[in-house]
Amino acid sequence: MFDFMMEFVWILIYTLRDVLPIIALIVFFQWFVLKQPIPHLKKVVLGGVYVVLGLALFLMGLEKALFPLGKIMATQLSDPAFIEASGNALTDWKSYYWIYIFAALIGFSTTIAEPSLIAVAIKAGEVSAGTISPWGLRITVAIGVAFALALGTFRIVTGTPLFIYIMIGYMVVIVQTIFAPKRLIALAYDSGGVTTSTVTVPLVAALGLGLSTAVPGRNPAVDGFGLIAFASLFPIITVLGYAQFMSLKNRVLKIKMEKDAV
Amino acid sequence: MYKAYILDISKKLWAAVTDLIPIVVVVVFFQTVVIQQPFPEIGEVIIGILFVIIGLMLFIEGLEIGLFPIGEAMAYALAKKGSLFWLLIFSFALGFSTTIAEPALIAVAKEASIISSDAGLIENNQNTMKTYAFGLRLAVAFSVGLAIVIGVLRILKGWPLYYLIIGGYVLVMLMTIIAPEEIIGLAYDAGGVTTSTITVPLVTALGVGLATVIKGRSPLLDGFGLIAFASLLPMVFVMAYGLFWF
Repeated sequence: MFDFMMEFVWILIYTLRDVLPIIALIVFFQWFVLKQPIPHLKKVVLGGVYVVLGLALFLMGLEKALFPLGKIMATQLSDPAFIEASGNALTDWKSYYWIYIFAALIGFSTTIAEPSLIAVAIKAGEVSAGTISPWGLRITVAIGVAFALALGTFRIVTGTPLFIYIMIGYMVVIVQTIFAPKRLIALAYDSGGVTTSTVTVPLVAALGLGLSTAVPGRNPAVDGFGLIAFASLFPIITVLGYAQFMSLKNRVLKIKMEKDAV
Repeated sequence: MYKAYILDISKKLWAAVTDLIPIVVVVVFFQTVVIQQPFPEIGEVIIGILFVIIGLMLFIEGLEIGLFPIGEAMAYALAKKGSLFWLLIFSFALGFSTTIAEPALIAVAKEASIISSDAGLIENNQNTMKTYAFGLRLAVAFSVGLAIVIGVLRILKGWPLYYLIIGGYVLVMLMTIIAPEEIIGLAYDAGGVTTSTITVPLVTALGVGLATVIKGRSPLLDGFGLIAFASLLPMVFVMAYGLFWF
């Protein structure tokens, strides 16, 4: 119990140290540039304490529970003994299907739980005055990440070059940008960066590096990274698709209403 | 008053619980059905999950009452002050400080230094690895700061976002041609890693706050998009960093 407390105190100190430059920034600008007292100081301080405490608890929980578990399972699923037990060859990409399923499910579930995405979804809901539902946005992004991670693990197993996938992804984004409703483009672009943060990154990094070590003929330095890049690209595509779908739906509803009016 | 507060807290607690259920389901399913092995250290795992739930709840509550309002208030005040110089300095400092503080980036940079030294790309000693990892973080933090500055300029000038994004894509593709093979995966990943738990809410607040203040800008059209830059430029900078090292 004492060790546990000590560990938490350390994580709290690290979190504080990490947040320090931001506090310095806020204080400096409020006092020396804006020359104003910080508005609602009590609330800001309370919020800051909550954020630091919450983040520390969150990281501690991640380290204690989810991270090791995800790591253990990634190694177990790419373990030769596990794959050969089902009578498949180690060199065949189809033998690793549990990895793809696992990657997709982990991508979906961690994205749904992602604090940054929740924050941005709430913001988007407020700003769009309700046209974008925070839940709809979160599910769309999560589906994008799920598909991205399944494809990304497939890439690691097959050892195909990363840039080909990314370039094709960029092409799709560019084409979609031309046709998607303009007001949602920036939001869609942002949702790509938002998905991959403190929950997803360690889990996904562990998965990719473990996998590239386990599959024969793969080099972790070349093949191990790239999953996070996939996870930040595909949500852009799905959110742009969501935007196109919503505008199409609105148009159909409008036509229907006009018909009803007649 | 207390009643309302307790109701609010329990609502947030429930939200955090529902957010975590999918993860727990995936993990339990794979452990019991696919891998068919008993849970390792189940007690610690349960405590850890409790920590995650409470941490998530506190974090969101803190963002809503603290960081979001101050971020928006500062962006508002700086835009009203009308000093472009201070606004840009603020933008750079915000991007830089939130990125250097990013736990996910710290973890990935360390991992990358281990992998690079294992592969013989950099010297295998503690000092070189530390320098490499810290340099990587500096390169990323600098590029995020720069990206936020460009993004803020975009909001001010009203440039269409997609021009810049597509331009960025072209830059990434060009860099990919000349960058060493071993840095490409890491560089592409750096884009996603940078924009994490602390950076995203603050930077989004800055963008939305700015777009709300400036006449003729819509928060939806112009306020978002800062994060997209912040995940694009690090790719270019990390590839340049790779050119420098390998």
